[in-house]
Amino acid sequence: MAIERQPLGPLGAVGAADLRVRSLNSRQLLRGGEIEGPNASAHLEGADFERYVEESVLTTTLDRAVAWARSNSFFPATFGLACCAIEMMSIVAARVDVARFGFEAFRASPRQADLLILSGRVSIKMAPIVRRIYDQMLEPKWAISMGACCSSMGVFNNYALVPADKFMPIDVHVPGCPPRPEALMHGVLKLRKMVQDDPDMGWRERYEARGTEEVVPELTAATPLPPAVDGVGGESIQDTAGA
Amino acid sequence: MSSTEQPTISEYRRREQSITLSPLQEQLGETEGDGSTQEMLTLNFGPHHPATHGVLRLLVTLQGELVRDVKPVIGYVHTGIEKTAEDKSYWKVIPVIERMDYLSYYFNALAFCGAVETLAEVEVPKRAQYLRVIHLELNRIMSHLVWLGTSALDLGAISMFWYCFREREKILDLFEMSSGQRMHTRYFQIGGVMEDIPVGFAEKLRGFLKEMPSRVDQYGALLNRNEIVLQRLRGTCPLDAESLLALGVTGPLLRAAGNPWDLRKAAPYSSYEDFEFKIPVGTHGDNYDRFAVRLAEMYESVKIVEQALEGLPEGPHITEDRKVALPPRHELATSMEALIHHFKLVTEGMRVPPGEVYFPIEAPRGELGCFVRSDGSSKPARVHMRDPSFVNLQATAPMVKGAYIADMIATLAMLDPILGGIDR
Amino acid sequence: MPDATGLELIAQELRDLQGKDVVTDTTFFRNQATVSVAPASIRAVLAQLREKGYAFLASVHGVDYYPQEPRLGVVYELLNMSRVDRIAVKLRVPTEAPDVESVTEDWPTANHQEREVYDMFGVLFHGHPDLRRILMPEDYEGHPQRRDFPIGGEPVIFTFNEAESVGSPE
Repeated sequence: MAIERQPLGPLGAVGAADLRVRSLNSRQLLRGGEIEGPNASAHLEGADFERYVEESVLTTTLDRAVAWARSNSFFPATFGLACCAIEMMSIVAARVDVARFGFEAFRASPRQADLLILSGRVSIKMAPIVRRIYDQMLEPKWAISMGACCSSMGVFNNYALVPADKFMPIDVHVPGCPPRPEALMHGVLKLRKMVQDDPDMGWRERYEARGTEEVVPELTAATPLPPAVDGVGGESIQDTAGA
Repeated sequence: MSSTEQPTISEYRRREQSITLSPLQEQLGETEGDGSTQEMLTLNFGPHHPATHGVLRLLVTLQGELVRDVKPVIGYVHTGIEKTAEDKSYWKVIPVIERMDYLSYYFNALAFCGAVETLAEVEVPKRAQYLRVIHLELNRIMSHLVWLGTSALDLGAISMFWYCFREREKILDLFEMSSGQRMHTRYFQIGGVMEDIPVGFAEKLRGFLKEMPSRVDQYGALLNRNEIVLQRLRGTCPLDAESLLALGVTGPLLRAAGNPWDLRKAAPYSSYEDFEFKIPVGTHGDNYDRFAVRLAEMYESVKIVEQALEGLPEGPHITEDRKVALPPRHELATSMEALIHHFKLVTEGMRVPPGEVYFPIEAPRGELGCFVRSDGSSKPARVHMRDPSFVNLQATAPMVKGAYIADMIATLAMLDPILGGIDR
Repeated sequence: MPDATGLELIAQELRDLQGKDVVTDTTFFRNQATVSVAPASIRAVLAQLREKGYAFLASVHGVDYYPQEPRLGVVYELLNMSRVDRIAVKLRVPTEAPDVESVTEDWPTANHQEREVYDMFGVLFHGHPDLRRILMPEDYEGHPQRRDFPIGGEPVIFTFNEAESVGSPE
């Protein structure tokens, strides 16, 4: 069955009537009813129907809406290690104002943050602590490696440093020594674009969590409490509810 | 804390117990009452915490809210800079050594360049010395601005951060004009400075110098009569000059306690004797004096830069000795010796006669000394930076013992530790 | 700086009060004075210099003189604030017996600095209240700033070895 897709055309050229007809047709399609007009013969079923809806009807899936919200509200964790931390403080300052994008809420606690900007050199004594902080952050979380020292070894290629890739996944590397605040802003905006385009950014693969998105109905039913043993402890729901 | 049974402890905890706090607990003696006021709590403060001036970890033993003992644990940003410096030729050490104390990078570079110039007996032209002084004092102002912004942030006066960083951006614009980089500019070279200042630098600098004193007045107006800042800083954690000297503390901390020791006046280097400036000295040695001394130093640094700019002599910006400094590029087309010198300097580096020198300067945090040992080759055999923050950190414990934990935060802020310098 | 004659006078005073073998060498190089002393007498030497006015210990740091023996050196930089005079006291110990008496009791500033020398070079300071590693992790093995300790680091990634690099998808 051939699906004819008609381009929408430049915005000014499309007549209002044509757009109205199309939206009425799509509403009919979604209801599963008959459609009139140009595509009257196109009855779609199943997967074809879903694909058609995705491609030609302007809907926003919940995923993309959530990704848009997430990407515009990063809460960076205050994690300054060395010289790059001063330039990271500069993006909070007035010239390159990170508050324009909504990222000025630097959270001190990693549990409230979702973006870890690793700014500075990671020494071998600090690496397990960085990993611990990263683990304490809740999903979805992203990491930006700012500066040359944590992206690669930077200026210092010696026994004392660890490149951040060795112990935690990094999403964006920002080169520079130290990167200008504008460069770091560019990196953060690149991350924002990445999050908008790809909502989970591969973390489901990373944690082998594919197939865990759906809610399994059987597990959401109320589970009964274990029965009372010899009158010691253990009350069932019915008892407490009746009391 | 009277615990008679020892729970099984993991290997990690056992290693941490090498820091023994038992002498303190013995001092508490017999408990009176139910022991609730005698229990001591050891809090791990850092290395990642909001009131951070770097990744400093403190093991704080508290009795209620009083600090009974503080043990700093450092090394979380140890970069092996000194070992890396042994691996590189003298010219290439400068970018590495600059990244040590990352707020006062010109000072790190000067300490090292000064030591090598002493070793190699290279004379720095007068214009280069004045240019160095301009950049050093601008760096001092910038370091104090960052200190002020982050310290006020720690105390809760959050808007100071934006004001101080606004000024800092202007200084970084000047650095970008002269060297191309905002931070870690590699501007100081052995024998002088990398390049002469461009056209327009002097005007921009004059404009900055004209408005800077009024800005410092504004910072004073914001903080000096703020009741909360005064209560947090006045009279908290004082330490007298004798204890500070025994602990090896120099810089604004020592000057706040009343001792006017400043290497720029006592043992002038790089033409500091040509300039007229005062040394601000405090009286009580408490946190407020440390704050006031640094604020006053900003005025003095502005004066020094003004004098250096007005008196800037003509001349070369780097030594003429071709065995130490690169020849100017136009000479490479005409002179064979210049080409050979350029080649040798870039591939092998300069050779320095064997010996050991220690070159101390006055950094924003205290005496910054550079010890260089040369064995005659083109790479240094040992570079050691005597960092002021590393030594000043030892004063934390005597300062905060017996004070509240909030005072400890204020003291850490006023101490101005830079962990890059401490850990190197 | 004490000039060359001043340095010799100081060395002579040290020998007079402490014994002939205390001072092993005096160096006056680039206007800086250095006195090399025997390791066992460092505390007494520093105390005597303190009485002469050098009351500020600016720096304690280690040097590795590999391949010359004795290998490990410790340098104490002293400062006389009233006369703006500096003098350095140097001692050298071999790696097999790196024992030096700690001066922390008389000079509290040496606390962290001696720990750093121990951490980086392996010099054992006897009498130090808390001799642990300060910059490296506590269970680190080796003394990094010795000259025969490898510098370490990651190999530079080119196309022929990029498959072994950490971030590559392989």
